[in-house]
Amino acid sequence: MKKVLFLFSLILVISMTLSACAGAGAGNTIKVGGIGELTGDIPAVGASFKNAAEMAVKDINDAGGLDVGGKKYQIELIIEDNAGKADQSASAAQKLITQDNVIAIIGPNASRYAIPASEIAESNKTVLISPWSTNPKTTLDAKTNEPKKYVFRAAFIDPFQGRVVAKFALDTLKAKNAAVLYDVASEYNKGIAEFFKQTFEENGGTVVAFETYTTGDKDFTAQLTKIKETNPDVIFLPNYYSEVPLQIQQAHRLGITVPFLGSDSWGSAELLTLCGADCEGYYFSTHYAADNATPVAKKFIDAYTAKYGNTPDDVAALTYDSFGLLWQALQSAGKIDRQAVRDGMATISNYEGVTGTMKFQEGSGDPIKSAVILQIKNGKFTFYANAAP
Amino acid sequence: MTYLLQQALNALQLSSIYALIALGYTMVYGILRMINFAHGDLFMVGAFFSFMIATFAKLPFIPSLLLSMLGVGLLGVGIERVAYKPLRNAPRVSAVITALGVGIFLENFTLVFFPYPQSVPVLLPVIVWTIGGVTISSLQVIIILLSLGMMLMLDFIVRRTMVGMAMRAISWDKTIVPLLGVPLNLVISVTFLIGTSLGAAAGVMYAQAFPVVDPYMGVLIGWKAFIAAVVGGIGNIRGAVLGAFILGSVEIMVAAFLPSTYRDFIAFSLLLVLLIFRPYGILGRPQTQKV
Repeated sequence: MKKVLFLFSLILVISMTLSACAGAGAGNTIKVGGIGELTGDIPAVGASFKNAAEMAVKDINDAGGLDVGGKKYQIELIIEDNAGKADQSASAAQKLITQDNVIAIIGPNASRYAIPASEIAESNKTVLISPWSTNPKTTLDAKTNEPKKYVFRAAFIDPFQGRVVAKFALDTLKAKNAAVLYDVASEYNKGIAEFFKQTFEENGGTVVAFETYTTGDKDFTAQLTKIKETNPDVIFLPNYYSEVPLQIQQAHRLGITVPFLGSDSWGSAELLTLCGADCEGYYFSTHYAADNATPVAKKFIDAYTAKYGNTPDDVAALTYDSFGLLWQALQSAGKIDRQAVRDGMATISNYEGVTGTMKFQEGSGDPIKSAVILQIKNGKFTFYANAAP
Repeated sequence: MTYLLQQALNALQLSSIYALIALGYTMVYGILRMINFAHGDLFMVGAFFSFMIATFAKLPFIPSLLLSMLGVGLLGVGIERVAYKPLRNAPRVSAVITALGVGIFLENFTLVFFPYPQSVPVLLPVIVWTIGGVTISSLQVIIILLSLGMMLMLDFIVRRTMVGMAMRAISWDKTIVPLLGVPLNLVISVTFLIGTSLGAAAGVMYAQAFPVVDPYMGVLIGWKAFIAAVVGGIGNIRGAVLGAFILGSVEIMVAAFLPSTYRDFIAFSLLLVLLIFRPYGILGRPQTQKV
């Protein structure tokens, strides 16, 4: 028994020393961490994230590695599942930083998981780039409201998105009265609903109903009946793709016929399968339009479609861009050092990505970029309009 | 007025589903004095069964309903035999923990096969009528009528048949009654069969009304139905139905007339207050401790 124990601890010690050696900055590999929603309530997001992440890493490794400071490095990707839970997101970030010793973390995607993980990254002085999180709190310190130093994102933020959708409702749909139904237990939904309301009212519209529910609810008839009573011209549903179809179907059964608007959380192909004909003709704001692509985007879309057999959604595109941003930051850092990567990241002045051109300015982890409005037409996401920053 | 009627109709549909699930909790508790926390997940399995039958075998509504009820009913019986029976004389907390474990097992087992939320084909005709400003869908009518029919049938089985009499007898005394020739294990199995198949029926109808199913759909609604059973007086069948209708109505009416953010907060505070005054539930009777 003692011998076995001794052997076991020996192996443990050796493996620990080895893993410490293989960490960031030594050897010919750079370790990059990923945190995705592989299981839980939005697994389609996690799957797109994983696909795009693996593709981004493979592209670099196949090209002979990433050139940092005149030396070629292979990338090793370590993906952790957060199971769609806030606490597991934080512990995954902790594990990647302290045990796996990664140079930077990409993910989590949804704001409610990105926020807790970003706290860990910030206090450990490690760069975290969330591809899809749009809530302002992800890159802001909760206590001081100052921007976090080590947290970045590839997506635009909710105040911008809320403004884009509100303006679209007012100017294009000529709506005067709007109703909102959102998940009050989720940071993303809540944030964007409030920004929509603010912009819509500042520009002369009225929000006649501002209704909520909690994550996991499936029966929205009470709230929708209430909304119907207020006779809105348009209904805004800044909710996740798994819930939106239920909300629209129930609204139709209650005899509601006005158009629905959504945000980038609609942009999963799952929405089309779950919703069917019920979502036809409605609009939402998102990060890029696959059918209105730039050459960079076209190349990515073709490669992704060839590899995985489906069109990349916005999560896949943003994940790919997050890795692209990290490569650029590493190259401008010129060495494998967390602090240098952070400084490189904060000063990216022009990055030509799949989801458009981005730039960062010192003092904010949010990129400056534009949004698009898509329409669901013939069971497909179709480009409708551009919205500049 | 039409607004109130419309909301009452919404409440009726939600309450019927709660009632069918609450019945499963209360029946098992009545017989075994055990809370089957896996019941909410059996409801989910019922919804998934109907989804699979409708998608892959392409059967119409009635056969998929009956097949799901039978399949999940047998699953319930199997779970009782494998997981709960060996613990019948163990401390009650062990059985509760086992039930929680079975629930988590069912969730994750389903997760392996269906990691994404799935869209259920709608098998019932969806016709929307507007009568005097109130919108009624054929789905609502079918769900409410079917649930009421099942509840009446259960009431009949428990009160008017031999099996029902045996159930009531065993619920009254689990030691003496088997000595008089009542087959204990058979009666417990029948109870699980009926209780879980009602849960499955609720799952099938729920999947028709809200046609997106996911492995975690049973958790929240399972808790709510459990609360409904407790409010009505757990162990009492009519109490479970009453509790479900109270919970469903309070939830919908709070959302209808107050800001919907306060819905669960107010609904559950009301239920807490109710339990302070009627700790055994509305129709429950205080249990005397046998020495």
